[in-house]
This record gives sequence, C-alpha cells and structure tokens, in this order.
Amino acid sequence: MIKQVSIFLENKEGRLGRVLKILGENNINIRALSIAETADFGILRLIVNKPEQALVVLKNAGFLVSETDVLAIEVPDTPGGLAATLEPLAESEINIEYMYAFLAKKSDNAIVIFRVEDSKKAIEVLNSIGLQVLSGETIYSL
Amino acid sequence: MYWNPAAECMPRPQLAELQLERLKSVVERVYYNVPFYRHAFQDKGLEPGDIKSLDDLRYLPFTTKQDLRDNYPYGMFAVPLSEIVRVHASSGTTGKPTVVGYTRKDLNTWSELMARTLTCGGTTKDSVIQIAYGYGLFTGGLGAHYGAERIGASVIPISGGNTKRQIMLMKDFGTTVLACTPSYAIYLAEVMKEMDIEPGELKLKYGIFGAEPWSENMRKEIEDQLGISAIDIYGLSEIIGPGVASECQCKNGLHIFEDHFIPEIIDPVTQETLPYGQPGELVFTTITKEGIPVIRYRTRDISFLYPEVCACGRTHIRMGRITGRTDDMLIIRGVNVFPSQVESVLLEIGETEPHYQLIVDRIGNLDELKILVEVSENMFSDKIGGLEHLEKTIHDRIEAVLNISAKVKLVEPKTIPRSEGKAVRVIDNRKI
Repeated sequence: MIKQVSIFLENKEGRLGRVLKILGENNINIRALSIAETADFGILRLIVNKPEQALVVLKNAGFLVSETDVLAIEVPDTPGGLAATLEPLAESEINIEYMYAFLAKKSDNAIVIFRVEDSKKAIEVLNSIGLQVLSGETIYSL
Repeated sequence: MYWNPAAECMPRPQLAELQLERLKSVVERVYYNVPFYRHAFQDKGLEPGDIKSLDDLRYLPFTTKQDLRDNYPYGMFAVPLSEIVRVHASSGTTGKPTVVGYTRKDLNTWSELMARTLTCGGTTKDSVIQIAYGYGLFTGGLGAHYGAERIGASVIPISGGNTKRQIMLMKDFGTTVLACTPSYAIYLAEVMKEMDIEPGELKLKYGIFGAEPWSENMRKEIEDQLGISAIDIYGLSEIIGPGVASECQCKNGLHIFEDHFIPEIIDPVTQETLPYGQPGELVFTTITKEGIPVIRYRTRDISFLYPEVCACGRTHIRMGRITGRTDDMLIIRGVNVFPSQVESVLLEIGETEPHYQLIVDRIGNLDELKILVEVSENMFSDKIGGLEHLEKTIHDRIEAVLNISAKVKLVEPKTIPRSEGKAVRVIDNRKI
C-alpha cells in the first residue's frame, strides 16, 4: 500500500505555494498530487518519495496533515484501459472514494492512485483479475 | 450517601425559614461593617429592616467582580483582619486579583461543604484521595484538602502537575478517589496509556472534577478510560471556593448548598430575576459567611435552576451544567449569544480544547454571524465529504443551541489570532 500525505488547506493565496516550497527545501520530490476543494477549503493529496519525512516537516510548519493508505495500480495507457480495471471493483461493490492518475516515465502505462474503504478486499479483487497493486517502494522511487 | 443528611435533606419549608433568618443576619452585618454595601443600600433607599421575606432579596443591590477589584485588597471584608485566618485570591487575567478572606468559622463551613461534596462523589473515611487541584492561592487544592480531612479519608496532597509521578503514586499508594480538573483527568488517562498502565492496575473508583466547563462526552471519556464514576462540582472563590454545588451520584444537575447560599437566575441585560428553568446568569448570596459575605454576586456563569426533589433524596435545588459566560455576550438579531455556547457545542462534538472565533457583521440591516473553527487532528479527514459533514454538524448543532443560523468556516490550525495564549473569541464589525 502507498502512503498518501493529505493536507488541509484554506482557500487563500499562498498556502499551496508554501507547502510546495517546504517540500522543495527538504529535498522531497512529488510523484503525484490532486486537490479536492469546496468554496472555503481544500484537501491537498500528495504522493511523495519520502512520505514520513514530508509528514514531519509539514506538521512542524504548522500544517494539519494526515497519512492515508491508498492503492496504486498500473493500467495500460490506451482507450478503455482504466474502465476495464474498474469494472471488477464495481461488481464487487467496492466504492472508490476518490482517485487520480499520472503517466509513468519510461513506460506505456498510466498509474492510478485510488482510495477505497476496504483496501484489503480491493487488493483481493484486483489480484483475482491478475493485477498487482504497486508497492510503496516502487512508487516512491519512480 | 450523605455527609449531613439533616442539612442536605431538610424539608423545604424549614430550609426557607433558616435561609430567611440567615439572610436577615448577613444583610445587617454587611450594612454595618462594609461601607460599600452601606452606600449601595442607601442608594436604593434600603435599610436592613426592609428585608422581611426571601422574595425581598430581589430589591438588594448586586455585587460584581469589579466591585471586589475596586475595594482591593481588603475593602469588602466584614470583619477586622485579626479575625481572618486565611486569604485566597483568584488569578486576575486582567488587572489585580480578587482577594477573599476566611474566618475560622468560614473555614469550618468550607470544610463541611467540601465534605458533603466529596461524599457526593463517593469519598468515605476509607478512601485514599489524591488531590491534584493546585494548592496555594487558588481555592481548589486546599478546599478539597480540608473537606477530605473532615471526612477522615487518607489525603495525598500532591497538587497539580508532574503527571508521571501522579500516576506512579496513584498506583503505589492505592488511590481510590481522584480530584482534579476534567481536562487534567483526560491528560492523566493519556499518559497512563503511554506508560502502558491499565485502569485495572489501579484502585481508582471515583473522580471529583470541576473548576472548568466540561461536557457529557468528556465525562463518558474519563469514566471509560479511567474506569471510574465521575461527578461535576462547582464553586468560585468569591462565594467560598469549591463546595458551592455538587452533583450526586444521580448525575443530573448540581445541588446548591442552599443552607449557606441562595441562588438566583437573572437576565444579564435587564437584571430581572427569571423563573425556574430559564437560562440566565447565576447569582449567589452567601448567608453564613463572615470574612467576606457577598450579596447577589453576579457569577457571569450561565445556567438554570430546577427545584424538583432529586432521586437521591436531597432537597437542595439543582443547577444545570454551566453552558456559558455572560462576559462576552453578543446580541445578534435580538438573540443573546454567548461565545461559550459555541464552545460547548464544539466540546460535545469531541474537541477537548476547541479554537474558534465569532465574527459578526451587519450586511444591509441584517446581522450575520460567521464562526471560524480551527480543524484539529482528530477532526481532519482526507475526504472532502468528512469535512463537509463536520461543517454541517457544527452548523446544525449551533442553530439548535443559539436559534441562529451561522456560517461555519473550517480554518487551518493556529490561524485564529491568540492574545497571551487565549484565542480572540469575538470580532464585532457592526457599526451601530
């Protein structure tokens, strides 16, 4: 499973920049990010190469952060690639809370990060159709 | 379990008779011995002889904390200093502290009332009681101490702080009763967990908690984590210290020790006395105190009174949990709003130390209330839905409590400005 760093951000100028600057100064590299927002606040979700360290430096800088377990899979970067993967999850009544994707370097695949309530069950379903979830080490060191 | 059943279960007619006799006596004492009261009575055209029934109490002048400050340090004392055997003072967050003095008889009364309080909480002569309220000028530590000694319990006068040592002694000395603030009880439970000590390893059975507002949720948390039965107690140094009112094991309101204090609830704005059941400012008249008797002392605490006889058999009137303070009351769209009502909502939602700010604006002709709430770690979720749900829960509960719809905005930790450690609770932008 992958450690995602979630950060609470108010919708005001400079907050996102501040997070990115702190990570840069601490030599922490971002693999993927997504932002979910309402009118007043947002949640910044990050996959970084050093999640534990990111958690500490952001917390020390006064940010409200938490660590969440998410899953990552590789899907073919072709039309319909993601749909084929998600179908079995829906059939097993596994609800995806949120997801985001990015392209892997040096490969023809896309990497999809997603969060479900029951990660263990999701992994079983994915394994049953021959898909391996990616390990933390794989993602962090991309 | 009673300490003094004759006093605590006294039939109401007999109690009223006793109160009137004592009220007349205190009115006379303050009139002749305290210039402040003599002037205040004269301003209202009153003489001690005008007080003929308990109802006449409502004609007497009020006393405020400011009056005590204006007469700093000893101006409100009703006896010469030679009769005073103890002085306590409450911390003054602004300006000078308020000073109170006790005669030997006052200390005797205080010990009696704390003996009743601690008995309500489960203390007996066989108890080992750890008193983790602060000792010193603060009334908490010594008040509980003398009450426990009166009962004959074994007293551990450890005072506050040094948490690991508290826990070690609790275990080694076989403490059965803990007396401290509720937030310290929660902290003790947390440290115990860190030290890998299970409640089962302790002999702790009862907790007697007060000196700050807390919630039913906090009670449940403390009771579960420490494996005890916890009661709420109430007091303030201007009245006597702890020992003004105490819950019994029914845990449904706090019995006010009415043979020594007469409570009233008033509207903080009109100063009219309110009927039972209505929330308002709690006011006390001390009817037996010698050192510094106070007439209609305005506590600034918001509560209500209910006169029904309790299942425990005590006849003394009960007050509800303190739900707010009048100091920073706001009137929004004609409704009295106390910031601490917002605090109590956040406490119920599970925040032990909520940080919030009320911002009032007038847009057009309409008042608007916005409430900023700092999101804490235990509120935070990586899901937007979780935070939106939290916002809505806070909004709905506040609407239920205040009868006003407020805009709730979640903000990042430590973004609400603090002055000297305390958050600035209210910003009123209305130009009226």
